[in-house]
Amino acid sequence: MTSAPVSQALPAQLAEATAGESALRRFLHGLPGVDPVGLESRAATLATRSIKKASKLAAIDLAISMVDLTTLEGADTPGKVRSLAAKARRPDPDYPDTPPVAAVCVYPDRVADAVAALGPAGVPGGGSIGIASVATAFPSGRAARAVKLADVRSALDAGATEIDMVIDRGAFLAGHYGTVFDEIVDVRRVCDAASTPDGNPVRLKVILEIGELGTYDNVRRASFLALLAGGDFIKTSTGKVSPAATLPVTHLMLQAVRDWYQLTGQRRAVKPAGGIRTTKDAIRYLVAVHEVAGPEWLDPYYFRFGASSLLGDLILQRRTQLEGHYSGPDYVTVD
Amino acid sequence: MSRLDVAKTYKLYIGGKFPRSESGRTYQVTDGAGRFAANAAQASRKDARDAVVAARKAFPGWRSATAYNRGQVIYRIAEMLEGRRDQFTELVRAGNTSSTGQRAVAKAHREVDAAIDLLVHYAGWTDKVAAVFGGANPVAGPYFSFTTPEPTGVVGAAAPQQDALLGLVSVIAPIITSGNTAVVVASQDRPLPAVTLAEVLATSDLPGGVVNLLTGSAAEVMPHLAAHGDVNALDLTGVAGDQRAELERAAAGTVKRVFAPPPDVTFSADPGTARLRAFLEQKTVWHPTGALSLAGGGSY
Repeated sequence: MTSAPVSQALPAQLAEATAGESALRRFLHGLPGVDPVGLESRAATLATRSIKKASKLAAIDLAISMVDLTTLEGADTPGKVRSLAAKARRPDPDYPDTPPVAAVCVYPDRVADAVAALGPAGVPGGGSIGIASVATAFPSGRAARAVKLADVRSALDAGATEIDMVIDRGAFLAGHYGTVFDEIVDVRRVCDAASTPDGNPVRLKVILEIGELGTYDNVRRASFLALLAGGDFIKTSTGKVSPAATLPVTHLMLQAVRDWYQLTGQRRAVKPAGGIRTTKDAIRYLVAVHEVAGPEWLDPYYFRFGASSLLGDLILQRRTQLEGHYSGPDYVTVD
Repeated sequence: MSRLDVAKTYKLYIGGKFPRSESGRTYQVTDGAGRFAANAAQASRKDARDAVVAARKAFPGWRSATAYNRGQVIYRIAEMLEGRRDQFTELVRAGNTSSTGQRAVAKAHREVDAAIDLLVHYAGWTDKVAAVFGGANPVAGPYFSFTTPEPTGVVGAAAPQQDALLGLVSVIAPIITSGNTAVVVASQDRPLPAVTLAEVLATSDLPGGVVNLLTGSAAEVMPHLAAHGDVNALDLTGVAGDQRAELERAAAGTVKRVFAPPPDVTFSADPGTARLRAFLEQKTVWHPTGALSLAGGGSY
């Protein structure tokens, strides 16, 4: 097993966990078990919280600024990516004060189209919108390591500033934690070797694909595995497998980043993706972020929504708040 | 030992399901003689919103269903209503002001029969709408010009306060015949036939969301439907004359079609076609005839 490049200043028990396959297994299986009933009931209780009026408008604006506007279809054309980019930059042209989204998220071969439409991210005169690309044989992740790394490099060469990688669920479920760990570390190295136009490091999102992990305990283990290996984000799902993001699972992952912060002082991020379609859902997630991780995580740098249709509903609800009556899909762009 | 009556919990009908009001409110319904009859759900602004979402979701499927299929479904509603004729007669009779005696029963019977016949009438209309209201237009040029009627979309409607069943069916049937979907606020004082009609609709192959029935105060719910950006038309049949101006003004904000018939319609009379026409959009398409020739000779 290789050691993680970001293991600077890891406390002793965490540094020890990365020492080898068996140490890693000992650490992951030593994590406290999850109480599923308690977790689900807490998630359900927090979901009943009512956010109204000015707070709701603020929550909607925050949620819009946290969206990773995504298109991951076999039928993605350069034109589709261009229109996505236009929507990312100015979600609601009738209300120019609507904040732009955090990033667009596309397949590696469409990154160049996104860069052409948005300008290199973070550069003065270019866009401030991140360009995320899925990689590592998304969504299944079933390819040779060399192929996955080449996939990551091609996305970075084309100008991606964020990489969404999938973990090897097959290896994880078979108990080969070291394999999964090494793969994340290798991808991390490729990302660190790349240079972004603004000089900021490439951010790595690690997709756990919780729909294939089976148990909450596995989600907790996979979360810590990804954090140990140097993932900036832990992301719930590819969006191609059901169930995708759920509130209880996101709670669990928020607990993991909160615990990570307490152990190491490093603040990592969470990205639920897939199945979040309404403003109501999005606000429930924001409540969870506030209550489980803390208000510091209510920032697009530390929390994102992976979504495509969510943005449309957020814009509709924003208009409802501003205009005083319900709006309809006839009044916003259809993607 | 005498048996206790099983009292029914009346709920709303939204998206093919029977939810309670989101607000949790109910109100007491009395029969024609002023005695307690039941508790009905009192719909709120948010129930109306949910109903519009359901109606919008059901619209593409219902508008593109074949006219033949829509006719079959509406005929099926009539069949199911026929099967529960006695129950409806009893509900209608209990709601009417003079509710005792042979005469009251006969009157209620006539009203239920008229409602069933009206559904059969509209079931026959579905495949005739395009032929009767559309057509091929004579134009001065080498073109075909066709006009075809299309449904307007989601219609918010207030059912009449009197005529709890026949009036309600008179409002719903023409809306859905041409492929629109409806959010209907039932009579406030006599909602029981409406909620029971919802049970009929739910078992009539009518896709969920095509008709959504809300019970409660039209005065409370209608302004939200009138201003809603995703409602395409309003039917003000059940709204009193003095409240109509306000609703029409709100509807103008999103350029809705508004149908406001005279307040004293007799629903047992010939239904005519005004209600059918009110929720149709005429689309005209021009198409070259093919007789055009570069040589001007019409050689092909």
